[in-house]
Amino acid sequence: MVTLNHYLVLSAILFAIGTAGVFVRRNLITILLSIEIMLNAVNLTFVAFGRALGAADGQIIVFFVMTVAAAEAAVGLAIVIGLFRHRESLNPDSFTSLKW
Amino acid sequence: MLLLIPLLPLLGFVINASLGRRLSKAASGAVACGAMLVSFLVSLAAVWQLLALEPEARAISNRAYTWITSGDFSIPVTLRLDPLAAVMILVVTGIGSLIHIYSTAYMHEETDPEYARYFSYLNLFAAFMLVLVLGANFLVMFVGWEGVGLCSYLLIGFWFEKKSAADAGKKAFIVNRIGDYGFLLGMLLIFARFGTLDFQEVARAIAPLSPERAFGTISTITLLLFIGATGKSAQIPLYIWLPDAMEGPTPVSALIHAATMVTAGVYMIGRNAVLFSHAPATLAIIAIIGVATALMAATIGLVQNDIKRVLAYSTVSQLGYMFLAMGVGAYAAGIFHLYTHAFFKALLFLGSGAVIHALAGEQDLRRMGGLKNELPITFWTFLIGAIAISGVPGFAGFFSKDEILAKTFTSGHTLLWTIGLLTSLLTAIYMFRLVFLAFYGQRAPEPVRPAHPEEEEPAAHAHEHHGHLHDAPPAMAIVLIVLAIGSVLAGYVSLGGRFEKFLDPSFGVQAAEHSSTESSPELALMLVSVVVAFAGIGVATYFFLRHRRAADALADRFSGVHRVLANKYYVDEVYDAAVVQPIRLASEDALWKTIDVRVIDGAVNGAGETVGGMSELLRRLQTGSVRSYAASLFVGVVLILGYYLWR
Repeated sequence: MVTLNHYLVLSAILFAIGTAGVFVRRNLITILLSIEIMLNAVNLTFVAFGRALGAADGQIIVFFVMTVAAAEAAVGLAIVIGLFRHRESLNPDSFTSLKW
Repeated sequence: MLLLIPLLPLLGFVINASLGRRLSKAASGAVACGAMLVSFLVSLAAVWQLLALEPEARAISNRAYTWITSGDFSIPVTLRLDPLAAVMILVVTGIGSLIHIYSTAYMHEETDPEYARYFSYLNLFAAFMLVLVLGANFLVMFVGWEGVGLCSYLLIGFWFEKKSAADAGKKAFIVNRIGDYGFLLGMLLIFARFGTLDFQEVARAIAPLSPERAFGTISTITLLLFIGATGKSAQIPLYIWLPDAMEGPTPVSALIHAATMVTAGVYMIGRNAVLFSHAPATLAIIAIIGVATALMAATIGLVQNDIKRVLAYSTVSQLGYMFLAMGVGAYAAGIFHLYTHAFFKALLFLGSGAVIHALAGEQDLRRMGGLKNELPITFWTFLIGAIAISGVPGFAGFFSKDEILAKTFTSGHTLLWTIGLLTSLLTAIYMFRLVFLAFYGQRAPEPVRPAHPEEEEPAAHAHEHHGHLHDAPPAMAIVLIVLAIGSVLAGYVSLGGRFEKFLDPSFGVQAAEHSSTESSPELALMLVSVVVAFAGIGVATYFFLRHRRAADALADRFSGVHRVLANKYYVDEVYDAAVVQPIRLASEDALWKTIDVRVIDGAVNGAGETVGGMSELLRRLQTGSVRSYAASLFVGVVLILGYYLWR
């Protein structure tokens, strides 16, 4: 029997993986992918709660998140392309000139 | 109708101030003189109306509108004409009109806009002076009081390109401010004590009280008001601005600094006679200050060499007489002297203006002389003025001055009377010294000593010193003659005590309280003052007409005294050391260089530097590395969540 706790644990694991990915990977595209994993971990939480509570709210919010995620991916990838054209690199550590 | 009296000159001011640049001299002069003359006619009509009333009920009020209302406190703008105000408005508009007419000729050398500016100031002055005189409560009077001070400042500094004139204007204004502060405090105290500022109501509230034996509230009020009067009317200790005020055009000196504005203090005391009568302590102070000022100014006047300064000190001295009269409770005598003084002092100033005009701006007596034949009209009118001020019987000054001295003596102030008599002697001496130095003898061919450029009038006219001099042009001559006639006849209105009886309702004196019979001591006193006047003229004749060497020898013999007098008792220097320099030092070293630079600027700059320093530290957080931002975000979120989960 798959209970709510199972979903939540899976979601937490996915979220942790995504977070770790954002911190440790040195490729901007991978980082974007990690962010997608985090978003989907959250989506899973919403859906799980929606099912457990027998309400449609969770599902509806997920739709919104997916829409935003799609937009975010489009903008993010466009920025990555721009950065790449600028520096011939995808390593985030090479983009540190935006400071005082 | 009362409203018209100050509004007409105000209209003249508005026209000349707004359109003056486009008007020709003739037009702006006509506007100004016309406004004054019509105002004079309206005043005559108003006084005529007043005379038709019963003596006890002589007061015409005209309430224009309510100026301030706040709870119980209400200040209406009310003009009130009573006998005292009637005398004043006739003097202000009458003498004022004459001086306006005189000015059209005297100021003719000015350019058109300057000419219009001059007349706009003169009209504005008349308007404020009439508000001062007609105001029915302290606040309306104060508006006029401040307004005439402003106009005095503007007109003293009329030739403001000249530093001495600009300085003199500032000096007059600042010294007057000190007095005004006293006046304002007195006014506030009156409101606190009586709950009203209306002259009649204050008088009514105080009339039932008995005079203050000790120094109480009423004495404080009157003393504060008197401080205001010392500023405006040039009494010790605030008289120092008046001699410097001679930097202004001569007709201004005649109108403002001799005939009208400087008498405002005397008028104010007369207006509040009931109040002052209840404060014997203040009255004693007023009498002493008045007589001290009269004597001091007369002694200074003896040795001055600038024709206008002699007259300025003479004005201070005569104002001292008026205050003496006020101080001994002879209010009517003081106002009477104010009224006669307006004639002969205006005449003397305008006469000196005619001399200065003829001599192309020369004011130094040592470079005058022998003008008797060259300027006959000026000479004869000036001589009449000098006779009038010296107190020769039959002329205006005799009646009023004798009245003051007699009242001083009969009220038991023998010492003050003696000093007053001495001053009377000095008055005759310095006036005739002036006459003899300017009009008799020979004109010095060369300047006696290097000219003081700052003392020159910038009206310096193009024509040459020597050769034929021109007597006063018609406009000036007519005015001189009219004033000369006035200086002779003005005194006769007091015959049989009529002037006094006319004024008494204004002072709250019952008609029965005094008898106007000429008793024998009064006749004796009159004889004494006549003797003194002739003695003064005799002394002046001896020293300055017959034996001028003797005067120089006397000056050498008492060179110490002479130096002290010539330097006006070093009062300006003392004030400079005691007041001006300490304030300057405190302002410069303490307020500017310490408080402003260190404290205030330090606080402002310190705030900026603190923010800068903090930012220097904080900006190290901004590394530009996106991953460190993400890390700090993550840590932050974890911390916040942790707090909520485990708190």
